[in-house]
Amino acid sequence: MIKSSVRKLYIALIFIFLYAPIVTLMVLSFNASRSRAKWGGFTLKWYRELFQNEVILAALSNTLLIALLSSLIATLIGTIACISMQAMKRRTRAVMMGVTNIPMLNAEIVTGISLMLLFITLGMKFGFLTILLAHITFNIPYVILSVMPRFKQLNPSTYEAALDLGASPLRAFFMVVFPDILPGVVSGFLMAFTMSLDDFIITHFTKGPGIDTLSTKIYSEVKKGIKPEMYALSAIIFTAVLVLLFLVNYIPKENKEKKEK
Amino acid sequence: MNRKALSAPYLFWITAFIVIPLGMVLYYGLTDKTGAFTLENIIAIATAEHSKALWIAIKFSLESTVICLLLAYPLAMILAGMQISQHSFIVFIFILPMWMNFLLRTLAWQTLLEKSGVINNILGFLHLPALNIINTPAAIILGMVYNFLPFMVLPIYNSLTKIDPNVINAARDLGANSVQTFARITLPLSLPGVISGITMVFVPALTTFVISTLLGGSKILLIGNVIEQEFTQAGNWHLGSGLSIVLMLFILINMILTAIFDKDGEGNAL
Repeated sequence: MIKSSVRKLYIALIFIFLYAPIVTLMVLSFNASRSRAKWGGFTLKWYRELFQNEVILAALSNTLLIALLSSLIATLIGTIACISMQAMKRRTRAVMMGVTNIPMLNAEIVTGISLMLLFITLGMKFGFLTILLAHITFNIPYVILSVMPRFKQLNPSTYEAALDLGASPLRAFFMVVFPDILPGVVSGFLMAFTMSLDDFIITHFTKGPGIDTLSTKIYSEVKKGIKPEMYALSAIIFTAVLVLLFLVNYIPKENKEKKEK
Repeated sequence: MNRKALSAPYLFWITAFIVIPLGMVLYYGLTDKTGAFTLENIIAIATAEHSKALWIAIKFSLESTVICLLLAYPLAMILAGMQISQHSFIVFIFILPMWMNFLLRTLAWQTLLEKSGVINNILGFLHLPALNIINTPAAIILGMVYNFLPFMVLPIYNSLTKIDPNVINAARDLGANSVQTFARITLPLSLPGVISGITMVFVPALTTFVISTLLGGSKILLIGNVIEQEFTQAGNWHLGSGLSIVLMLFILINMILTAIFDKDGEGNAL
């Protein structure tokens, strides 16, 4: 009894720690006063202004598109890389993993600088494509890091058993291996997506003058003084994710119940 | 087996976007503006300004990594011990804050910690002394812990959920108490996750310049701030690259330590 309430208290404390800033942002989005320290009454003004602000909306759509594309491509490349590494000799695999870990172990700032130098040398125009390539590059290690432990803890005999029982390698993979590594693939994808959504440093060095993601937009606004529209936007993003969360958790439960019946 | 052929796209990617760009940083760091070889950009770390920035960055990132580990491990254990049906929901709850923009979250902490900010208003209301940690190292470390905590929780949680409960039950059946079971079964088996977590927290903390700018009031310069300024303000790419090489040496030390603890990259060496 005591143990379980200590656990609940601990979870609650971490929960408060994680959510206090978010609640603050949401409350501020309804604050009529421009000052961040004072409450000036309830208003929806910032929400109206947000939807009239084309610059912020463009930055939002860039951010979402780049996050989705880069994390999907990175999940694909990363998962295939994990599969191919299983067939490699120990030493080759160690070298591959070493190189894989570089963007993650390396400073983001160095990755950003190095890609900037590459794109300049290649004579590429800085814009959407350079940001996308950079995001895929730093996302892949997160996918591999999340998928690889699943492979390590996998029993190779089950895959071989499937082959012995006449399954093609592809079928054996999707029927036997894939369900086991799926949690790793999903958490890798989620991690890649959030990393991309959140990235400021690498985008900062690989973006062109005409294009902005939310992070670079906010950074340039911090210098001028942050606009309350940004709080409104973060409240909307948070609510959207929350809705998604309930959908993701509610729908599978429904299916399970149906199956049991 | 043609599984090796599957590695082709990945090999191309890491060569073009990891190996070659890093070679270019090395080239810039080891040459001067005329293209001649020099070590000047590397030796520049020894100046008082640069070495202080590096030392502070190492200190802060070590402290925040330890705090993250101490907070995350019990949390991951509690989460892993929950009913299966709650797993994805709870994990999502703890990733959810990461969906908020990193800069906005850090700005929010600024709002909370300010002298006339939310926390001090609450403390003042309760007639408690005000908290003055904004623009201090404590605020920067708090910002680091807040931003990087989920990166510690997730890998530990992932490796804990993969542990076969029968192994733990067997240990208990054989007479191990809960401390022994933890020290000799759970902890060693979750080590790959712990090591991933440490890596994922330490490096971004070591190299950040945004957190120190927003919560440190630009008074406390980390090595990341110095490098960023070389590239964006001073425009000296050679010096910036040289300092980056020094930074990479520290990351290399981190990699070697990781390799020692995580022998032959298998993670489950124990």
